[in-house]
Amino acid sequence: MKFIFDKDTWQEIYSGIRKNKVRTGITIIGVMWGIFLLVVLLGAARGIENKFNDLFGDFATNSVFVWAQSTSKPFKGFQEGKKMTLKMSDMDAINREVKGLEFVVPRHQGQAQVIHQFKSGNFGIYGDYPTLDKVQKKNLVYGRFINENDIKEKKKICVIEEEIYKQLFDTDSYPIGEYIKINSINYKIVGMYKEGNVGGGGPQGAIHIPFTTFQQVYNRGNTVGWFMITGKPEFDIKQIEADVKLLLRNLHKVHPNDNRAFGSFNLGERIAKVTGFLTGMQFLTWFVGIATLIAGVFAIGNILLITVKERTKEIGIRRAIGAKPWEIKRQIILESVFLTTLAGALGIIFGGFALMLIDLGMNAMGDEAPMLNPTVDIPVILIATVTLVVLGTLIGMIPAQIAVSIKPIEALRDE
Amino acid sequence: MIQIKNLHKSYPIGKDSLHVLKGLNLHIKEGEFVSIMGSSGSGKSTLLNIVGLLDTHDKGDYFLDGQKIENLDEKKAAILRNKFLGFVFQSFNLINYKTALENVALPLYYKGMGRKERQKIALEYLDKVGLKDWAKHLPNELSGGQKQRVAIARALVTKPKVVLADEPTGALDSTTTDSVMELLKEINDEGMTVFVITHEEEVAAQTKRIVRLKDGQIISDELTNNLNK
Repeated sequence: MKFIFDKDTWQEIYSGIRKNKVRTGITIIGVMWGIFLLVVLLGAARGIENKFNDLFGDFATNSVFVWAQSTSKPFKGFQEGKKMTLKMSDMDAINREVKGLEFVVPRHQGQAQVIHQFKSGNFGIYGDYPTLDKVQKKNLVYGRFINENDIKEKKKICVIEEEIYKQLFDTDSYPIGEYIKINSINYKIVGMYKEGNVGGGGPQGAIHIPFTTFQQVYNRGNTVGWFMITGKPEFDIKQIEADVKLLLRNLHKVHPNDNRAFGSFNLGERIAKVTGFLTGMQFLTWFVGIATLIAGVFAIGNILLITVKERTKEIGIRRAIGAKPWEIKRQIILESVFLTTLAGALGIIFGGFALMLIDLGMNAMGDEAPMLNPTVDIPVILIATVTLVVLGTLIGMIPAQIAVSIKPIEALRDE
Repeated sequence: MIQIKNLHKSYPIGKDSLHVLKGLNLHIKEGEFVSIMGSSGSGKSTLLNIVGLLDTHDKGDYFLDGQKIENLDEKKAAILRNKFLGFVFQSFNLINYKTALENVALPLYYKGMGRKERQKIALEYLDKVGLKDWAKHLPNELSGGQKQRVAIARALVTKPKVVLADEPTGALDSTTTDSVMELLKEINDEGMTVFVITHEEEVAAQTKRIVRLKDGQIISDELTNNLNK
């Protein structure tokens, strides 16, 4: 391997390349374009994935919402159209009967006039358990989320979203400890959070009060508005959804095939679809990138083949004066590897710059941007580089073999 | 130095084969200055290729410096060429993107010699052929005679046992022909075995021994009167 570090070897390569500047340049651009595409596409795919994760990051993605509707089939003496209501006892039953659950979070929802001093607005009010924070992470800016004590003592406290704070409070005021009036009842603010892009509160945010407080204040007895159910990652959320609904139909004496009695929204399933799409896109990216790369490497092989043909005589001379076949071969292979690696390095650098530019553009677009942090992992770059070197070596072997297969006597023959 | 016994060589042409060398016997001793004469198709180039280890023979024996040449693979042939033989071609065969000095130094590169040493020796040989001042010039900046002298310097640089010259003056005018032949004579005077292939009587006349080939056979082998000079 000594020859790799030999100045003469490189001088030979340099002079070989210098002879065909334009062609070498064009070939390099071919491979460069391949790896450039690979880097940019992978970066973009990653950027979209990042954006997606950012949007849903605060949400437990393996989750399903279940709520009560009306029956659509008569059953056990009940007419169709019977109005269903979820109860707290359903939660215990679900927890007991359904396999693979992580959390079952009961929730209530309402809408109310909210007043703070001279400002007011109409906001969504949610009755929540502390576990909500587990399935739908609240990024608290100040204070805390609802805790068990609040639930037990049915405290008049609330956690508000930043948007609501902005509407009800003067800028620079500190909301924790302040009171707001919801339906004429004073609630003490204990926490403020910043909503991710997808949340339960809609565009104007939400106010969370203890679930038990909600039940009491709004006379909901022991009912539940809807359940947010999350499954353990290894369990199929669709199965959980079906199991829960079937259980509920049993508990509430609804026809087992009555699909209308309980409604549900399977977030996990929706997200799985998008994730599948992202995976497909990434696969496509690899495919396109590597295919382009291979095309580029073949171009290099082709160019070396032409170069070898053109240099037949020169190779013949070299062999006549004592070059061993291997010395000719390794020269050509090294030339191939050098060209592919150089082109690859340039492609990676330009790809990196392109991603930086895309990132700048995306940052300028803010929340509307379709991507977030478009990046490519270092291992991916390493894999691509190694692939290039290997492909370069393999493709270089073809012209190298042809170069030594021509007998020096034939190479030297005068036309 | 070169000993050939009953050498045969034929080339396949389609289904038939062309019998080019038909049992040659030739013995060239060290320090001889031999020319092989013959019209085209007489087999003289084939003989040179076999002697130069660029081609293999079919039958017979070939000894180079006492070493029997048989079953050579390309690698061994390359090493032997580098060690024993220096080539001078009709069309010079210099590498056109390398300077005169680099061209001369190239065989030493394949010998595995270091760069500085290589260049120093190459420069000595360029000086010997009178082209020291042209060391940095590319072949296309040199005249035909100069190119051939660079080629001769390249052939000599590895201190070979035999210099093989294939029509060394074929592409030169008469004045430069004389200067090139003069150079070959000088080399021979220093003790080098020189083996020239030519079809020019004037060139052959300047050597010390003329071997005439016709249809793959030696028809005459005589010493010239240059021997005493």
